[in-house]
Amino acid sequence: MTGVFGLIPLETGESGEEGFQAPGVSSFDLPPLFEGGPEWFDKYALMAIVSVILVLAFWLVMARKNSLVPSKGQFIGETAYFFIRNGIARDMIGHDFRKYLPLLIALFSFILVNNLWGIFPLTLLPTASHVGWAYGLALLVWVVYNGVGIDKHGPFGYLKHTVLPSGVPWFMWPIIIPLEFFSNIIVRPVTLSLRLFANMFAGHLLVLVFVLGGEYLLLHTDSIVNKLAGVVAWIVSMAIFGLEVFVQTLQAFIFTVLTANYISSAAAEEH
Amino acid sequence: MSPLELVGSLGIVGYGLGALGPGIGVGLIFASVIQGTARQPEARGAMMGTAWIGFAVTEALAIIGIALAFVFGGL
Repeated sequence: MTGVFGLIPLETGESGEEGFQAPGVSSFDLPPLFEGGPEWFDKYALMAIVSVILVLAFWLVMARKNSLVPSKGQFIGETAYFFIRNGIARDMIGHDFRKYLPLLIALFSFILVNNLWGIFPLTLLPTASHVGWAYGLALLVWVVYNGVGIDKHGPFGYLKHTVLPSGVPWFMWPIIIPLEFFSNIIVRPVTLSLRLFANMFAGHLLVLVFVLGGEYLLLHTDSIVNKLAGVVAWIVSMAIFGLEVFVQTLQAFIFTVLTANYISSAAAEEH
Repeated sequence: MSPLELVGSLGIVGYGLGALGPGIGVGLIFASVIQGTARQPEARGAMMGTAWIGFAVTEALAIIGIALAFVFGGL
């Protein structure tokens, strides 16, 4: 009699046994796409390559059709371009922002498309949820902003500029110098990559928990209360998808904004 | 007398502790946005832009907590 109306506690089983197999880190390890193909060419690599083709096609088409009275497609592309140019590049970097504008546009477009693979019906997996993709992007940004600083101030001048903000009294130097070095040169790429990776990973994991949990509750349990809970879990997973759209767009924007900020702080003039 | 054994995921407890700071931080950010909008409604657009940037940077700490809780020995 406890079957129908009681809440049967869910046995969380390890893989291979009965019971609910909770999604975890192993859900993100994907096999290579083709049976005999190279091991690195999995679904993530395919999504990244397709995203590069899409981004290139979009901006090449945008750069070509230039009429004075814009059509609808040109208006969309111009809005995107001016959003990054005015809102991010010019406001944060200053008067010589044009040198860095292609990098910022490329970063924003690439990360946005790769994040939006997480809600696209055929893939349903954001590329940055595999941490190597986030590491690569953060490494690129780290090389760029350090390179900009070294190019502008010279290696020791840049180190001094980064590590020692102006107006610090000399007795604070032993505290400030290691702290600023650690914060500006070591922690920045780590937090940049981890922010993107963790947002994509946690968001996708949340979707997985709701969908897989709802499926288990609905189809693999017997009590009616569990089945209702499964249906509710599926409905709420739609709301989580909506949250994921917002988070993915926001994270692409934040990555670009922080890149512009790091470039501007590396290239800043001494007051 | 058998010793008591606590089982479970320490990473999730760590995430719970680590979500205290960002929770307060995000609340402070949007509290100041609300106050600033009350004082000067025309500045709402500029404030909201900065608010979203601050929100993402603060939220990153909590999100890193939940992600690493799974990575370093969760379920």
